Amino acid sequence: MAAEIEKNEHIDTRPPVIGPGHNFASLTQKIVDIVLMRGFKKGWIFGFAIVFLGALMLFNTIAYLVLKGVGIWGNNIPVGWAFDIINFVWWIGIGHAGTLISAILLLLRQSWRNSINRFAEAMTLFAVACAGLFPALHTGRPWVDYWLFPYPNTMGMWPNFRSPLMWDVFAVSTYATVSLLFWFMGLIPDFATLRDKAKNKVQKSIYGMLAMGWRGDARHWHRYESAYLLLAGLSTPLVLSVHTIVSFDFSVGIIPGWHATIFPPYFVAGAIYAGFAMVLTLAIPVRKFYNIEDFITLRHIRNMCKVMLATGLIVGYGYLMELFMSWYSGNTYEMFMMKNRIFGPYGFMYWLLILCNVLVPQLLWVKKYRDNLLVVFIVSMFINVGMWLERFVIIVMSLNRDFSPASWRMYYPTIFDFTMFFGTIGFFLTCMFLFIRFVPMIPIFEMKTLLPEAKVDEKKVEQLAEGRGPLGATPLPQFGD
Amino acid sequence: MTKQEESGTYGLMAEFDDPNAVVAAARRVYEAGYRRINAYSPYPIEELSAAIGYHKDLVSLTVFACGILGAIGGFALQYWTSAIDYPLNVGGRPLLSLPSFIPIIFECTVLLASFGAFLGMLGMNRLPEPYHPVFNVPSFARASQDRFFVCIKADDPKFNEAETHAFLQSLGAREVSHVQS
Repeated sequence: MAAEIEKNEHIDTRPPVIGPGHNFASLTQKIVDIVLMRGFKKGWIFGFAIVFLGALMLFNTIAYLVLKGVGIWGNNIPVGWAFDIINFVWWIGIGHAGTLISAILLLLRQSWRNSINRFAEAMTLFAVACAGLFPALHTGRPWVDYWLFPYPNTMGMWPNFRSPLMWDVFAVSTYATVSLLFWFMGLIPDFATLRDKAKNKVQKSIYGMLAMGWRGDARHWHRYESAYLLLAGLSTPLVLSVHTIVSFDFSVGIIPGWHATIFPPYFVAGAIYAGFAMVLTLAIPVRKFYNIEDFITLRHIRNMCKVMLATGLIVGYGYLMELFMSWYSGNTYEMFMMKNRIFGPYGFMYWLLILCNVLVPQLLWVKKYRDNLLVVFIVSMFINVGMWLERFVIIVMSLNRDFSPASWRMYYPTIFDFTMFFGTIGFFLTCMFLFIRFVPMIPIFEMKTLLPEAKVDEKKVEQLAEGRGPLGATPLPQFGD
Repeated sequence: MTKQEESGTYGLMAEFDDPNAVVAAARRVYEAGYRRINAYSPYPIEELSAAIGYHKDLVSLTVFACGILGAIGGFALQYWTSAIDYPLNVGGRPLLSLPSFIPIIFECTVLLASFGAFLGMLGMNRLPEPYHPVFNVPSFARASQDRFFVCIKADDPKFNEAETHAFLQSLGAREVSHVQS
């Protein structure tokens, strides 16, 4: 912060949160045009075709998986958890940045979040959808996944509520539901804007239904603001609980390398780290493609880089503590696990992880690099990969060589592990493409509150209300149509 | 909606193009003794709801009640299922093993409270509401874009079509429209 206030303390030299020259009408128009334009941009169609192929790959893999069983994956005994759980944790982690941006930054009154929160929340939803697929399919018989939920049944049984896997079911489904409610609630006033702006009958009725008759009533806004703030307040501990519970899946187990109390904070920081990297990975090309650099400004990029830097350091501290604790525990198996992790047959992955998550992101200390979009994009790509490697390192390396050498076995992913993983990326991007095209990706009403003319000036109001000078006579600022 | 008889008047609607002007107008309408009034804006304006005399909503109370219900429900579900209906011995832990019930109690609390916030907000706002008379005003489409409105309803005891119209006009409205019910 201090470095940014360079010459004069009183002048804010940071780039603006919203580009200059915007008013209510121009801002509405610009965001609405992306959604209400006729036809599709060529680039959109091209990109959509590619990512949709990825989604098809996922659907095919799932069909084959259901037909043949989880044996098509490389999972074995002892490595019963592999790509499926790695990908689950990776996707859930990515989702967390959305909630962080929309809820925690709202509570902290970081108004710069207003232009990226919708985008990040959508990312959360789709990432959680991808995440949910993996454990659901990993059960082996996904058609009876409803057994996971407590419901009165003829078997006379109930789930084991003392198991972290059961906590996971509740945490992830609650998280998905609350994220959806939060996202949809934010959209209601914007759907109303789209309804009022749409020229075409079909668009008008679809957005009209989604807006549910929203009309910007002052009493409605009052309740809306209360509800929105409360949802943010509820999502904040929720998001922390979700990754904490995900980390319990590991830390409650008595496997060397998993059974550690540092897991919850270390996982939560990692999740936010990965999520911000994904937001940047998506936002940098999108803002360029749709020319919305005046809404997602350099200020946003810089701030996100700083969050990444901070959470990255926490993650780095986590790696250090894992090393320290395995030595400090004096436990043969813990120490062996760590040796195996660093110098074992998968050792190169550990070093890659350190490169991606600890070394490369240090570039972001330099202001010049934080302002260079290409550098930021590449660094966030490294982090995306690094966070995936982290889960591989934690999950596979603790399992493949456990207590007794007789049960050691290497794990090799099969082609279906990869088609499933890359397929979810395709599915995720397909959803993002559709979202960007059909839903306002920047919250219109929240952006309006950032405009200088949106603030109510008490002095002016009093002057007008007391009737000093007839109200209509003062030339009111005109907004271009 | 079928065709209404043309005598139906919902109220009068004044249009403004500045948040300061609408807040000032709303205050004067309130001071003039009108109570069945409403205001519309494209984004939340705290001063505006205060100006029409609306200060406290019941959303937070609803959320709190739902949260408590969720917590009790989450606990009851786990206690009843794993200690009474299907006593499950896991590693010799007591049947009422509170620490391992906490995560789900927490999740249930958040889930129900969030539904309370969302559905409570919609319910108290009486949404979804597909038809509302204010949409009959053509310029009202801009209430979701860049215009601000104050509406005095016809059922206000002080309402008199001609006088109220003149009063709203004197507040410096861009336009005063008749709202068909």
